[in-house]
Amino acid sequence: MSELVIKTGRPPMNFTLLMVGGFGLILGFLTGNVVGAPLIGLVLGAAVGAGLGYVLNTMVPKKAVGRWAVIGAFALVGLVFGGFGGAVGGALIGAVLGWFAYWVGRGRYRDGVPLYYTPGQTLWWNSFLFICGAIFVFLITPILVVLPLSFNAEDFFTFTPEMLRLDPEGYSLKHYRDFFQTSDWQLALKNSLIIAPIATVISVSLGTLAAIGLSQSHVPFKRPIMAVLISPMIVPLIISATGMFFFYSTLGNFLEDSVGLSKSFVGYVKVILAHAVLGIPFVIITVTATLVGFDRSLTRAAANMGADPVTTFFRVQMPLILPGVISGGLFAFITSFDEVVVVLFVGSAAQKTLPWQMFIGLREQISPTILAVATILVCISIALLATLEILRRRSERLRGMSPG
Amino acid sequence: MTDQTAGTAPAGLSPDEARRADAAHTGPMLAADGTPLKKSLARALRRQKLRALALIAPLLIFVLVTFVVPIGDMLLRSVQNGIVADTLPETVETLSDWDHDGTALPGDDVWTAFYIDMWFAVERKEHTRLGTRLNYELTGMSSMFRKTGRQVDRFDTDVYGEQFVALDPSWGQPQSWAAMLDGPAADALPLTARTWERWKDFNAEEGDKVLEEDIPDFLFTALYHDLTHGAEVEGVSDRLSAAKAAAAEFEPVDLSAQFADADEDLGNIDVWKTLQLYSPRVTSGYFANSVDMQLTPDGIEARPENQQIYGILFKRTLFMSLVITGSCILLAYPVAWLLSNLPMRTANLLMILVLLPFWTSLLVRTSAWKVMLQQQGVINDVLVWLGLVADDARLTMINNQFGTIVAMTHILLPFMILPMYSVMSTIPPSYLRAAKSLGATNWTAFWRVYFPQSVPGIGAGSILVFILAIGYYITPEIVGGNTGTFISNRIAYHISSSLNWGLAAALGTILLAVVLVLYWAYDKIVGIDNVKLG
Repeated sequence: MSELVIKTGRPPMNFTLLMVGGFGLILGFLTGNVVGAPLIGLVLGAAVGAGLGYVLNTMVPKKAVGRWAVIGAFALVGLVFGGFGGAVGGALIGAVLGWFAYWVGRGRYRDGVPLYYTPGQTLWWNSFLFICGAIFVFLITPILVVLPLSFNAEDFFTFTPEMLRLDPEGYSLKHYRDFFQTSDWQLALKNSLIIAPIATVISVSLGTLAAIGLSQSHVPFKRPIMAVLISPMIVPLIISATGMFFFYSTLGNFLEDSVGLSKSFVGYVKVILAHAVLGIPFVIITVTATLVGFDRSLTRAAANMGADPVTTFFRVQMPLILPGVISGGLFAFITSFDEVVVVLFVGSAAQKTLPWQMFIGLREQISPTILAVATILVCISIALLATLEILRRRSERLRGMSPG
Repeated sequence: MTDQTAGTAPAGLSPDEARRADAAHTGPMLAADGTPLKKSLARALRRQKLRALALIAPLLIFVLVTFVVPIGDMLLRSVQNGIVADTLPETVETLSDWDHDGTALPGDDVWTAFYIDMWFAVERKEHTRLGTRLNYELTGMSSMFRKTGRQVDRFDTDVYGEQFVALDPSWGQPQSWAAMLDGPAADALPLTARTWERWKDFNAEEGDKVLEEDIPDFLFTALYHDLTHGAEVEGVSDRLSAAKAAAAEFEPVDLSAQFADADEDLGNIDVWKTLQLYSPRVTSGYFANSVDMQLTPDGIEARPENQQIYGILFKRTLFMSLVITGSCILLAYPVAWLLSNLPMRTANLLMILVLLPFWTSLLVRTSAWKVMLQQQGVINDVLVWLGLVADDARLTMINNQFGTIVAMTHILLPFMILPMYSVMSTIPPSYLRAAKSLGATNWTAFWRVYFPQSVPGIGAGSILVFILAIGYYITPEIVGGNTGTFISNRIAYHISSSLNWGLAAALGTILLAVVLVLYWAYDKIVGIDNVKLG
């Protein structure tokens, strides 16, 4: 009986040399291109890569030691040739090359695949991972690029040479100062902070009530009602904006002339109503989704013990569906806070919101203040995302505890 | 069970018969309060339904008033055309008899009606609005109305007044007119009577007393027109009979010449054709315009080749939305697959990379793409720095279709990944392993077993992305330039720049129809209650 042999562990050395050398060749070519000598870079890169692949995998068994040594060496070379920026670039290349050398040399590329995979399948799996990584990079890079640019000391949308050299001179907070000191931006911020919360309160209170109604067992005309309530999310914003533009100007004239309200108040009312209706589908969707898992016997138990429907709602039902209500509210808030088209059509200059000011800034005067605002908004969305995640976990925990 | 029931029934009867006998004996089953149970249950059900509706009602009314009614208003505006009939009521009335096929300009009655209408329109400053409206249909109308409006007050029609007053001084007194048109003369002098009413209304609007104002020239013109066009004034009053006899001898004013003097365009027969064509209160003209056709007296026909823009725009919108949807599918599929097959902890971490762009402001992402793609942007800078692209041959990646497609693919990608992920995470991985153990190759196992199960996710995501893409405005406006814009940018242009709101409404209606069809399909395939967020 022959023994079943499973080949694990390290690949043959010439394979490692080929792979690491090839990778070094590419990096060398790119680096050489930067300094204007692609061919020298190519040869040098291949040689250094192959050398590293051999040395690291045969003489340096401790991975951490090997990788830090490579990073240090590359950073030093970079420092000699290109100053501080060169050192950072060199360290980066060293880190990537060092990791790659161990990854190939120790056969770590087979970690994600079953033992019986052929080399072709392994190659395909790693290429697949690489493609997915590239897509993730595509998703996240634009957002990450904005962050450093907002600290630009110049009035440009591009990285200046000072910034690339990591020279402190190239960075400043002037765009943030600009944001906090310009009256246009402050008015826009104030308007956004007035409009979005009020619109959110309206859509959350009406939406939660309706979602509770919709989740009852016998609702006549449920589908058409649902279709109408979700439609603000589906109808393109430009069409909503067009319709609202016509209708709300008539409504505004009526309120100003016949009821005698002030112009700016009516302006806010129009924008708030428009934003509230745009946020409603999100509240409906999230709250009905939460109510699907709601255990009805709890309300019956409460009623059995003598609670009236209002008490039951606030003391029993509300705490349990609160996570859904809050996440619906967050969606409604971000919808209003991020909305441009409708406010552009319905509002007047006195109701200029933050996205509107950004839109003007992008179209007319390109000022990096927009990037500072963008950075602040990214931080806000990270906070919102974290809140949502915490709420989701809490909701799951609560539901796990409730019987049924 | 059966035994027990049978046990309680009288002996010798089957359970069913027993129940029937019981019912015949005691009548229908009763609830605790004595009403029949069936009725009581129906009432409870009704109360439940009413309570559900009462909970939904506030929101439903809110959405109807603040959203559905405005959209209905927009739909109406796409066919509404009351402005011509409101501003020029007499002209519209008389022009309806005019034969547009002939080569002759309209006759005297149209000129008189137009003169009267224009006088009122100018006083109310409505003629410029009308001019702007008609200018969408025929260039030059706007300036024509403006020029004519300046002249209409200075026409030579004062000779009529002088001649009537010379005949009988009482024609100069408003009281005599009021008395005359209150009686049977109103039937004999239709145009004069109508004009007198308008004159009274106009004075009331201005807060003046009609009886203290001088009789304006156009009233004399109307009277002259009525009298010389066979008014039956026999026996109405002697003054009128005398005026009719004398009017035949009056020195006439050629109104068509007066108008031609004000603006020679009024002698152009196309002007009158356009006026007649757009006199109805409901027009298909806006819809015709929005599909590159035009309304002509002979029906709807295609516009000349060089004026067709909306067909191209609609096609481009559809094409680019399809390309964006396609690239979203291509990019989202591997990511969704990876997320649903990785261990929970890793998948949740990677999910942040999907959710962060989803939660980031649209304008932040659009400005980020502007930073990335422009000629002095990050991508070009990196390519130049690496020496892959020469400094003077930087790639043009923004303000064209490419820029719009890249930026919108990025913005809409989370909307594709999330539905795909929620479908794929329900597919058991054991199916794939089973297929492979039965001898399928990797490709066959994927294509025949896994892919068909993931199709609902692709469908849900595609419709969502397509619906969102087809109505996008902000991103194409900022990164689209001239060649990368959508139909929505044209709608916005008509709303805010050209002010041709009817055309904007018609374009919006067409777009809305497309979206509603897709919405309906989405509801059929996925169900709106199954939309998931985050």
